[in-house]
Amino acid sequence: MEQKFQIVVLAKQVPDTRQVGRDAMTAEGTVNRAALPAIFNPEDLHALELALDLKSRIAGAEVRVLTMGPQRAAEIVREAMYRGADGGYLLSGREFAGSDTLATSYALACALRKVGADLVVAGRQAIDGDTAQVGPQVAEKLGWPQVTYAEQVVKVDGDRLQIRRRLAEGVEVVECPLPMVITVNESAPACRPRNAKRLMCYKLARTRSELLEEQSWVVERVEAMPELQIVELAAADIEPDMAQLGLAGSPTKVKRIENVVFQAKEAKRLTASDEELEALIVELMAAHTIG
Amino acid sequence: MKNLFVYIECEAGRVADVSLELLTKGRELSNRLGVRLEAVALGKGVAALQPLMADYGVDTLWVADDPLFEPFRTLPHTAVLTALIEREQPQIVLFGATCIGRDFAPRVSSALHSGLTADCTQLEIGDHSDPKSGKHYTDLLYQIRPAFGGNIIATIINPDHRPQMATVREGVMLRATAAEKGAAEVREIAWREALSDSDLAVKIIEREVAERKIDIKGAAIVVAGGYGVGSKENFALLHELAEVLGGEVGASRAAVDAGFAEAERQIGQTGVTVRPKLYIACGISGQIQHTAGMDQSAMVISINTDPDAPMTRLADYAITGRVEEVVPKLIQFYKKNSK
Repeated sequence: MEQKFQIVVLAKQVPDTRQVGRDAMTAEGTVNRAALPAIFNPEDLHALELALDLKSRIAGAEVRVLTMGPQRAAEIVREAMYRGADGGYLLSGREFAGSDTLATSYALACALRKVGADLVVAGRQAIDGDTAQVGPQVAEKLGWPQVTYAEQVVKVDGDRLQIRRRLAEGVEVVECPLPMVITVNESAPACRPRNAKRLMCYKLARTRSELLEEQSWVVERVEAMPELQIVELAAADIEPDMAQLGLAGSPTKVKRIENVVFQAKEAKRLTASDEELEALIVELMAAHTIG
Repeated sequence: MKNLFVYIECEAGRVADVSLELLTKGRELSNRLGVRLEAVALGKGVAALQPLMADYGVDTLWVADDPLFEPFRTLPHTAVLTALIEREQPQIVLFGATCIGRDFAPRVSSALHSGLTADCTQLEIGDHSDPKSGKHYTDLLYQIRPAFGGNIIATIINPDHRPQMATVREGVMLRATAAEKGAAEVREIAWREALSDSDLAVKIIEREVAERKIDIKGAAIVVAGGYGVGSKENFALLHELAEVLGGEVGASRAAVDAGFAEAERQIGQTGVTVRPKLYIACGISGQIQHTAGMDQSAMVISINTDPDAPMTRLADYAITGRVEEVVPKLIQFYKKNSK
């Protein structure tokens, strides 16, 4: 039997914080998640591309997506399958609610041990939290090395990868032994688009829970075709130390959330007339703000 | 538990600005808590940082003075810092939210099973009562950061785990030498026993680091342009204004994405943070992702065709007009009056 090489992409479904409009915040200053579209975290798509590129370069490689979230997060597993992933896992359950990055990393590491991975690839950070902590923390929990801010795997050399990574003021190429965790930067190549054939093929991919709501012909089709089965994992399936999950397993707590309010200054209004602009310049020079 | 650690980021003997900003804040927090301020530096020749550390009020400088630690690699830095924290038990550990800090601070926090808050913009000391357990905590570190794309500000605490760890954004905290010099007693970290062979498994085989050519962070005057500037050609006007005023040109993310300006000029949540004495916002609407990087500016002038652009709320002067009309006039009147 051909030796399989499992690449697991960690992906997150996030509210699109770039599309925050006036209705995205409630009167109390909390986030109205329902008002924001749920999307595939942008850097996780770069991670998927890096994984799919590697799949074509490593014999027997398969790419699967692992996501932790509510049931509807199965959408991003399907999305990944349309773009080339072989399948995926949804880690879901109330035990995970309230997880900070450490509890999230612990749960993901347990799941990765369970499903088996030779290489883990993740986006650098998610746009709802912007912490960039989960990748390195998963690596630490697995006891694997990490390569952050990756842009490209420049060479596959047996059990080692050479990876180009972005630094604050430059780039470097590192050589790292497998297994490892790679986090992918937004400067990496963009993800390939959906493939029309794959879309037709995988649009029926479902989790166990999703099947409960489906008509019988869908259930029969999915049951007959293992490649349409998105594997659903509950807390018990990953054999965790329950004390390290969710809110209880999170060292950090949110004490307070505030809506961002500008201290609205009373701006002095000017037109673009010569007189007003010259008066402004003279005023700023007199105050030594300029000049 | 009677100390606060600041990780000193340093390459070729040069200390990152953010590390000095953290020492300034660290000194203030240490005084408030009555604990020692201790700096930790790993790299080649780091013991030579002693006089600088003394200026910033450091009580102890921990060093792993060896070429092995330069350039930065995740695993050896993680192993050595984790071992030192386990031995010295600081109550707080601070890192810059730089490429380096954001790479290995999460790993250290995972190894220690303590919480870490990323990209803080403010640190304070305060108390906390847990409404559920009724437990009262005194002198916790409030780790304050923007979240959710900058739309909210969250205060995070670690009630039960030590150390309390945070990464802090570059440029958001003031940097100043301490009122009183510190002893900055140099102590060698027992780093050899902290390392195993597997910590050296990752090798750097190529490295190209360019000097930072553009430095908008230190500029007293920033002329920044947004998507509303319209073109790269119009951006040249901003360069001209910045030049006559002795300032630098900044840009919003939209302007960088549109190719009007280099990525190094990007100001905001995913760029640099500036706090100039004058910020001239040209055609910048004022999305929170941008203003998070400039709202500490002493004075703001906004030039926009839309009199109700959100930037107006931050502005001291709001000029309603087109950038390509207003900016040349400002240049003209400045030249005229400075003669």
